[in-house]
Amino acid sequence: MKFLLLIWAGLKRKKLRTALTLLSIFIAFMLFAFLGALKEALSGGVSMAGLDRLIVRHKVSLIQTLPESYKARIQAVAGVAAVCHQTWFGGIYQDPKNFFPNMPVEPAEFCAMFPEFVLSDAAKNSWLNTRTGAVVGRATAKRFGWKIGDRIPLRSPIWGEPSGQSQWEFDLVGIFDGAKKGTDTSQLFFRYDYFEEARQQQKGQVGWYTVRIADPDRAGTIAAAIDREFANSPYETKTEPEGAFAQGFAQQIGDIASIVMAVVGAVFFTILLVAGNTMVQSVRERTEELGVLKAIGFSNLRVLLLVLIESCCIAMLGGFCGLGVAWLIIASGNPIPSLLPVFILPTQSLITGALLAVALGLVAGVLPAWQAMRLRISEALRRGA
Amino acid sequence: MSVLTQLFAVAWFNLRSLPERKAAALTAAVGIAGVVGVLVGVLAIAEGFRRAMTVSGSPDVAVVLRSGADSEMTSGLERDATRTIADAPGVARNSAGPLTSAELFVIINLPKRTTGTDANVPLRGVEQGAFDVRGNITVIAGRRFATGRNEVMVGAGAARAFGGLDIGKQIKVGQNAWDVVGIFTANGGLAESEIWTDTAVLQPAYHRNSSFQSVYVRLTSAAAFQEFKDALTTDPKLNVKVLRLSDFYEEQSTAVTKFITTIGVFIATLMGLGALFGALNTMYSAVAGRTREIATLRALGFGAGPVVVSVLVESVLLSIVGGGLGAAAAYLLFDGYRASTINWQTFSQVTFAFRVTPLLLGNAIAFATVIGLLGGLFPALRAARLPIASGLRES
Repeated sequence: MKFLLLIWAGLKRKKLRTALTLLSIFIAFMLFAFLGALKEALSGGVSMAGLDRLIVRHKVSLIQTLPESYKARIQAVAGVAAVCHQTWFGGIYQDPKNFFPNMPVEPAEFCAMFPEFVLSDAAKNSWLNTRTGAVVGRATAKRFGWKIGDRIPLRSPIWGEPSGQSQWEFDLVGIFDGAKKGTDTSQLFFRYDYFEEARQQQKGQVGWYTVRIADPDRAGTIAAAIDREFANSPYETKTEPEGAFAQGFAQQIGDIASIVMAVVGAVFFTILLVAGNTMVQSVRERTEELGVLKAIGFSNLRVLLLVLIESCCIAMLGGFCGLGVAWLIIASGNPIPSLLPVFILPTQSLITGALLAVALGLVAGVLPAWQAMRLRISEALRRGA
Repeated sequence: MSVLTQLFAVAWFNLRSLPERKAAALTAAVGIAGVVGVLVGVLAIAEGFRRAMTVSGSPDVAVVLRSGADSEMTSGLERDATRTIADAPGVARNSAGPLTSAELFVIINLPKRTTGTDANVPLRGVEQGAFDVRGNITVIAGRRFATGRNEVMVGAGAARAFGGLDIGKQIKVGQNAWDVVGIFTANGGLAESEIWTDTAVLQPAYHRNSSFQSVYVRLTSAAAFQEFKDALTTDPKLNVKVLRLSDFYEEQSTAVTKFITTIGVFIATLMGLGALFGALNTMYSAVAGRTREIATLRALGFGAGPVVVSVLVESVLLSIVGGGLGAAAAYLLFDGYRASTINWQTFSQVTFAFRVTPLLLGNAIAFATVIGLLGGLFPALRAARLPIASGLRES
C-alpha cells in the first residue's frame, strides 16, 4: 500500500505528459468501443437469431413472393411445430428518410413465434380485436414520439394504395420491448387480414415464412424436406436456419464491415504505439531515481513491479475511462436509426477492451521495467538525467 | 542578426539535432502516418462508392419511372407508356429509331466468391437500344447476348465478385437456365455490378408479360431534358417521374454514401484528436529535453519568435513526413482495391473499387499539417517563455 505513494509520485512527476498520454489512450479505447458497437449493429442479427427457427423464402430471391397456401403444406412437414408468415410492406412514414421495417403478420401466430418481442396481454388482445391495429417497437415509438391510440399513416410504393383510401392508416394498439439487450425494436407489425383485404395486387401472396421446429438438431433435414415439398413448382423455396439467413445479410454488407474493422483496428494500434513510447520514455528519464531506490534497498523485483504497475495504472485509467465514456454516449441514443437498427455496446467488447487496457500497460511497461530491474546501481547514479 | 536569419539559424539547428531524438521523432511520424493512412483508406471507400454510383450518369441521359416510385423495383410502366415515352420530343434518334431502352430490374441470389454466402445480384432486362443510350458499354470478353435467347452478359464487377459467372457457364434462376456469353465494362459505373439480358426474355420468366419498370432515354442534348420532362409530365395518359440519370444515381446512393461518410468523419475526428495528443506529447518531450539548449540560445540573444517558429517547423516537418508516408502507403495499399456492398435503396449489391484521388491525398496531408501545427504550438510557446536563468541551470 505504501508503494502506491511512490507510484502516484511517479505519475505526478510530469503532469502534462501523463495527462496527454492518458488522453491518447482514452481516445483509442473510445474508438475501440464504437467499433464494437458498429460491428454489433451490422452483424448483430446473427447472435439474436432463434436456434429453433428456420426461414423459408422464394428460392430465386427474397423479393419474390410465395403463396399463402404454402402455410398448410409447410405445417404438414414432419418436425414442424409452428409456421407464420411475414411480408415486406416497405411503408414510408412521411419521408423516406424515416425508414423503419413494417410488415403484415398474423397476430396470434406471430406473438407465439417470436417471444423476444415482449407485448403486454392487454395490447395483444387489443390487436386481435382491432382490424387496423398495429404494434410498434419501443425504439421507433420513441423516435417519432408515438403513443398508444395514435393513427399512423404509411404509404407503400410497392403495394400501392389500399382500396377505398389514399394511404394506409393504422391504429397503434401496443408498443413492444425486446426481451434481450440486442433485440431489434424498430419494426412495426400490422394485421395480415386487413392487408389482404385492402391490397389491390398480388393477393394471396406473402413474403417469407418462419418455421419453428421441435428439434434444432434436425434443422438441416427438416429444411431439406420443406424444399423438397416445393421443388419443381412455380414457387420453389429455399429454407435455412434463421442464423444462417441473418449471416447471409451480414455478409452482404460484409466487405464494408470488415474494412471498417480493419481500418479502425489499425488506428487503435497506432495511437497506442505512440502512447506506449511515451511511457517508455518517462521511465528512461528516471534512471537515476530508480538507481537511488535500488541503492536504498529496493529489490530488483520491487523495482520491476513499480514500473509495471505505474504503466498499468496509466493504461487502465485511460482505457476504462475511454470505454466508460463511449458506453455512456452509445447508451444515450442511436445517431442513425434508419441505417443501424440496433446500437448497443456488447458486453464482450467491454471485457475485451478492459483486457486490452491491462495488456497495453503490461506491454508498454515490460521493456523499461526489465531494464530498470537489470540496472547496475553505480551506473544509474552516475547517469544523471 | 535580422529576425529572418535568426529564424533560419535556429530552425536549421533544431532540425540538425533531430537524429539525437530519433526514437521520439520516428514514433511521432509513424503515429501521424498511421492516422493519415487510415483516413485516406476510409475516405477512399466513400469516394469509390460514390464514383461507381455516379460516373455513369451522363447529363444527356434521362430515366423515366412511375410517379411515386423510389427505386426501379417499385416502379411499373406498361408497354403503351414506354412507346409514348419513346416518341416524346427531345429523344435522340438514329437510323434504327429512338434511342431508348425499356427495362426490367429484378434480383437473383448468387454466392459471393469471398464468403460463399448468398448475395442479392441485380439482373436487368434491356432492349437493344440500351447500348447506345448508356454509351459506355464495352464488351471485354465474349459477345453481347442475342435477342430472344436465354443468354446473359455479365458486368466485370459482378463477374469478379460473384460465383458462377464465367463465360460458358450457366446460371439457373428458378425454372430457367441462362448462358453466360460475355463480360462487359461500363467505365467503372453501376452497370458493372449487374447482369444484363433481353427484356423480352426476362419478362415471361418473371410473369411480367407486357410491363416494364423504367425507360432509359438518350436525349438530343443535355439541354433537351426540360422539354422532354415537360412533355411527359403534362401528358394525361402518363403518370411518370423523369430524372436525369446523374440525379437518379445520386438519389439511389444517398443512404450508403451518407453512412460511409458519417462513419469516416467520425473516425477522422477521433483519430485526429488521438494523433494531436500524441504529437503534443512528443513535442513537449522534445522541448523539455532541450531546455538548456533553448535557454542558451535565448541567453545568446536569439529572440522568442525564432525559437517558437523553429519548434513549429520541426513539428510540422515531422507531420508532413509522417503524413506523406501514410498517404503513400494508403495509395499503394488501397487504390483500386475491390469491394462490394449492399445498397439498401436498391436492395442489391454494388461492386466498387477504392479510389485514392489527389484531392483526397491533399486533404489528408493538410490534416496532418494541422495536427503538426497544433501539436507544436503550445510546446513552442512554452519554450519561448522559459525563464532563461533557471533554464540554464537545468541538467
